Amino acid sequence: MYADAATPEKVDVRPLAPRDAAQSYALVVDIGAMPVLVRTTSPEFLQILHLRYGGFVNSAAQPVFELDVEIVPPGPITDEEDLSVRFEGGRWVLERGDFHAELDPALQRGRIRQSANPYAIDAAFRILHSLLLVKEGGLLIHAASAVRNGRAFLFAGLSGAGKTTISSLAPSDATLLTDEISYVRPRGAGYAAFGTPFAGELARPGENVSAPLAAIYLLAQGPENRIDPLSVPDAAWELLQSVLFFANDPAPAGRAFESACDLVRRVPVHRLTFVPDQRVWDLVV
Amino acid sequence: MSAYIARSSAVAARKLGSDMIIMSARDSSLFDLNDVGCVIWEAADGVTPLDEIVRNVVCAEFDVAPEEALQDARELVREMASFGIMVVSDQPIAPEAQ
Repeated sequence: MYADAATPEKVDVRPLAPRDAAQSYALVVDIGAMPVLVRTTSPEFLQILHLRYGGFVNSAAQPVFELDVEIVPPGPITDEEDLSVRFEGGRWVLERGDFHAELDPALQRGRIRQSANPYAIDAAFRILHSLLLVKEGGLLIHAASAVRNGRAFLFAGLSGAGKTTISSLAPSDATLLTDEISYVRPRGAGYAAFGTPFAGELARPGENVSAPLAAIYLLAQGPENRIDPLSVPDAAWELLQSVLFFANDPAPAGRAFESACDLVRRVPVHRLTFVPDQRVWDLVV
Repeated sequence: MSAYIARSSAVAARKLGSDMIIMSARDSSLFDLNDVGCVIWEAADGVTPLDEIVRNVVCAEFDVAPEEALQDARELVREMASFGIMVVSDQPIAPEAQ
């Protein structure tokens, strides 16, 4: 039970004026310097959020989006088993069996109906951030990433390519941003990578830090550690397989495609073949 | 009868080097055209017949016999149409139909 697991001694919240005769609470989850204010009337859910996003809670940040969460009893919320994302009447409608959400990009507000668990809002956060990012040329990428010597490195690949392995082999001077979902935004003439709480098999959130993105490595496992250059078309082709975009809407999907093409033209992309031992990190400097 | 070809409006495409990377906005599937496919894609304006594109563009840029080039182009266009990224018609194609 999440309520039992919560430690209530320190919760960074914003008490709000009563809404609909119920006390409301809010906290700001600041992922990728895109703060999202989450408002709920459930203290239990507030604790869940705090546990899930602890390092990313920053109630001093100015939110770019506000999300009201309606907590309902456990059980199916919609008939949609698979995730469905569609644009209807000026709003993004997100549905999965365990949640229903509507996001209004013009008002920068949305609401989600779900039971008190972290998984539904985590899925909604990923979709919301992919939509927020695409407007400014950023991307969510199915990739691990880490900071070393002040520079960020991204390790992309489909399931089984070695994202978790290379993350678990990271030396002590590397700061893990994520082992699963990397967050990339344009910064100056290049890009920056940000930590995310979206964890993969390591089950450990990334650190909430960012750094200039120095290189992208497309992972392959092999008999030796080596780096090989990739042509821009090959880099685009492979990286596009790892770009996360959830909506089958031509306009934002096209922008995500353009963003990925821009990224591979401005950041070096290499093939990183590695054997599963820590010496591979000697190549990542 | 000549075929007219036009790029679907439901795609995003970017030329990178000599390749053309195309993404279908319908289902996010990806396509990679080589240099010959790339010139056919760029020339697919909906009003120039395919045989004219092959004769004036493909055969002008590549060392290939016109008949062979036309046969290959027809096959490529048929394949792209099957994936919904190219529109093919026996009449000129208006922009709103692409």
